[in-house]
Formats: sequence, structure tokens, C-alpha cells
Amino acid sequence: MGKASVIPFGPQHPVLPEPLHLDLVVEDETVIEAIPQIGFVHRGLEKLVETRDFNQFIYVAERICGICAFGHSLGYAETVEQLMQVEVPKRAEYLRVIWHEMSRIHSHLLWMGLAADAFGFESLFMHCWRLRERVLDLFEATTGGRVILSVVKVGGVARDITDDMFRKIQDTLNGIKGEYGQICKTFLNDYSVKNRTVGVGVIDEEAARSQCMVGPFARASNVNNDIRIFGNGAYGELDGFEPILDTQGDCYARVKVRALEVLQSIEIVNELIGKIPAGEVAVEMKGAPADGAEAASVLEQPRGECYYYARGNGTKYLERMRMRTPTSQNIAGMTTALAGCDLADVNMIVLTIDPCISCTER
Amino acid sequence: MGSFNLGKMTLGSMFKKPETIQYPAQTRFVPVGLKGHVAIDMQVCILCGICMKRCTTSAITVDKPARIWEIDRFRCVQCGYCIAECPKDCLFMEPSYAPAATAKSIEVFEKPAEELDEAAEEAQAAKEAEKAARVKAALEAKAAREAQKAKDDPAEAPKTARA
Ligand code: SF4
Ligand code: SF4
Repeated sequence: MGKASVIPFGPQHPVLPEPLHLDLVVEDETVIEAIPQIGFVHRGLEKLVETRDFNQFIYVAERICGICAFGHSLGYAETVEQLMQVEVPKRAEYLRVIWHEMSRIHSHLLWMGLAADAFGFESLFMHCWRLRERVLDLFEATTGGRVILSVVKVGGVARDITDDMFRKIQDTLNGIKGEYGQICKTFLNDYSVKNRTVGVGVIDEEAARSQCMVGPFARASNVNNDIRIFGNGAYGELDGFEPILDTQGDCYARVKVRALEVLQSIEIVNELIGKIPAGEVAVEMKGAPADGAEAASVLEQPRGECYYYARGNGTKYLERMRMRTPTSQNIAGMTTALAGCDLADVNMIVLTIDPCISCTER
Repeated sequence: MGSFNLGKMTLGSMFKKPETIQYPAQTRFVPVGLKGHVAIDMQVCILCGICMKRCTTSAITVDKPARIWEIDRFRCVQCGYCIAECPKDCLFMEPSYAPAATAKSIEVFEKPAEELDEAAEEAQAAKEAEKAARVKAALEAKAAREAQKAKDDPAEAPKTARA
């Protein structure tokens, strides 16, 4: 046993564009302990709710994070609608879920690209991002934005999608399945990828539960905590939604869960497009949240469960808006997975929780 | 083998149309409703200032007395809230992006002066027509009253008629 020393990892690190800092206590090549530190990109967005009215704040909420932008605007809108007891038209609920699942596809493809980049597989990275561009093109055609969509509003959605566009969405998503299948095969069968992922950063089910892990990170350890099974919004209209689980709890399982979730999301989009009812896409919002009214909601973001809480004060400004983001839940699990790993595996483990530090710090 | 598959795919893409384009020689297809920048039709704008109140980033300033509508393109985030809220529907989203610049600036739009004259003239004409109608109605009423009076008192009648 050598002497323990501390190696700083981040907040600027080539493997991770997110400003996460870890103090890695290492002995020889083994990490004994990882001490995380965040707070480099805190912007005080929750405080901003006091000076932006509830309609304006949706544009702030979706800027919390660039990848789950749509999810945050959706979660915020659902919470405020609950607060004001507004029923959203059915068509709007379907459209929201369609866009949300498309965001999941783009988020997972982005993550898979980053993971490939982290273990040095550049061409795989390029292929993942090439397919992701197709989804972004669909966003651009349906909402006018590629990343920040500004399409959800409190009371519904700002834009409808035409039947022609629905066909185009289906064609594009079904069209990428073939190439995506090839990419998945590389991720799941290639020995050079498996060398980096199988058996690395294992977290068993018990640890996953005790650390309150969420999202694909937890589902890879066989924790069934997919919020979509609650059937909020149009998720309730799906014929039998089954979360994707894995029992291994290592980096390979996390890659696998995300890889399969992309295909699952394509199926969800296809199913909802087949069922979407006609009608209005938004209701008029009148008045303001009542004084002391409280509402909370949960949403399955690409990275896991995100919890939203809002309190009104009788004016059009909210008293409090709080979000508990998936990454803040997963940091504990990440440090557990890091303890005892090889120094060379740190980047793989950090990446497989799919950290989103800008969400966490808001 | 996974990488063999991927190798095939990568080799295949050498013979496909490139995914990227030669910007700026080539430009991308612009989808309908692309959020580029906010534009305004000053002919229609009534300078009510609702867009200024609603703007999430305080990018818009409306000065009614000076008849100007200003936008700070560096603050605007293309959320489209002002466009949804404008009562005259004179704001819209243009697909081209605001050009890059080396210094921050504010774009000023002035409500055209001839529009003022025309509008004012119209308003004036409407007011005058209304006034004339009122006077006419009053005169008619007066005449009717006089006629009634004349019936009651025939001696007064010629005088009224002359007047
Ligand atoms: S809301 Fe419309 S009409 Fe009113 S000032 Fe703004 S642009 Fe003009
Ligand atoms: S688009 Fe949004 S940010 Fe831009 S001027 Fe309108 S309200 Fe303000």
C-alpha cells in the first residue's frame, strides 16, 4: 500500500464538459474516496421566480439546462397548472409527451456520444451525434428551435403539429432505427467497449436504494423507479409501459439501459402519434395562483426523476419554486461507485451517471 | 463484431452525401416558423407597451410620446412571448438570425410620421363629421320646436323662418 494522495478532477476536465469537481483520494492506482464539490455554475434561477410572473418563468425554467430544456419547461408548467387547478387539453398532453420522448432520444444519443468520446472511440461518437442531429431537425421543424424549444406554455402548448409533420417524425425516427441498431451493437458487443464498461463501478440494488438513486443509473441496478409508470399526462394512455431494468449495476448495464430506452422512446412516440386526439392545444390562463396554494409534481427526465414544488401568494408571481434534479440525487451514488475503482475508470463512472451539473446548481 | 459493423457504416458514409454543408457558400433549409429574430410592423403597432411589460428579458422598450419601439437584440432570447401577447398582432418571428456584432446596440423603430398625419386627419375628419351630425340634429330639433311654437303662435312664424 502506498501513501494516499489527492488528485483533483475538474471542474475543467477534458472528459466532462460539466463543472464538477472531485477530490480523488488515491492510493497507488486505486481511488479510495471521491469527495465531490459543486457550485461553480450557480445562477440563482429559483430566486428569479420572484421577479418573473408565472408565464414568463417558463422561459427561465427551460434554460436551467440545455439538454433537458424541454423537460424542465414541462415539469414547471405541470406544477403551475396543478397550482391553479387547470385542466390541459388532451391533445396538448399528447404533444408534450411526444416532444418529451424525443428529448429523451436526443439526450441519450448525446450521452452515448460523450461516453464513446470518453473511452476514445471517436467514430462512434460522431455516429451518435449524427443521428441526434436528425432529432434536432425534427425539433426545429416542429417548434422553431433546436435545443431551447419554448413550446410549452402554462395551460398547454404554443404550437400544434400537423398530420404531415407527424408522418415525417415517424419516418425519421423509424428511419434511424437501422443505423441506431448498428451503433447499439458496437456499444454492447464490441470487446474494446466492453473492456471499459463490464464490471466497472458496480452498485448493487441495495446500495442503489439506500443512496436514493434515480433514472437509468438506478434502473441499471434493478431499481424500478421510472416515474412514467405513474401515467401522468399522456403516459397514462400507453398500452402497458414497462420500464427497462438491468441487474448488473455496472457501467455496461447503464449503457444498455439507455441504449434500449431510445428504442422504447421511439415506440412511445409512434404509439402516441397513432392515438392522438384532435382538439385544442391550450387553454386560456386567467387569474393568479391563490395565496398559500401549493403543488408538487414529478417528471421522468432523461436523467431520472425530477421533483417540482411551487407555492403561490395570490399575485402572478410565485412565492417559491423548487426543483430537485436527478443529478443531485445521483451524486451520492456516484461517489459510492467511485470508491475502490481504478483511477483510469473514473471518467467512465462519472459519465455513466450522466451528470448534469447546470441542472443541479440552477 | 460490433466494430466491424461500425466500420462498414463508417466506410459507407464515405460514399454518401456529406452530413455537413459548406457554410456560408451553402445555407441550410429554413423550416417554417424558425425562431430567428423578432420583427415588427410599425404601421400596425399602437405603442400600447404590452410587449414591453411581458418581455421576459426586458429587451423591448416602448416610448409612446416619442413614438418609438426599441429592441435590444442581445437581450432577446426568442421566446416568442411578446408575439403571443401583442393585441394588434404586429410582432412576428423572422427566420433569419440577428447578425453577429462587435458592440452591443439597440435597434430602434419609429412609428412613421405620415401615418400620424393620416391617422390624425382621419380622426379629425371623423370628429368633424360627428360634430356636424350633432349640429344638424340639434338644428333639426330646434326647427321642429320652432315649427311647434309657430303653430301655437302664428305671429312668430315668419321671424323664425327668416332667421
Ligand atoms: S404589444 Fe404590439 S401594439 Fe403594443 S406596443 Fe408592442 S408591438 Fe406595439
Ligand atoms: S421574443 Fe421574448 S425575449 Fe425576445 S423580445 Fe419577445 S418577449 Fe422579449
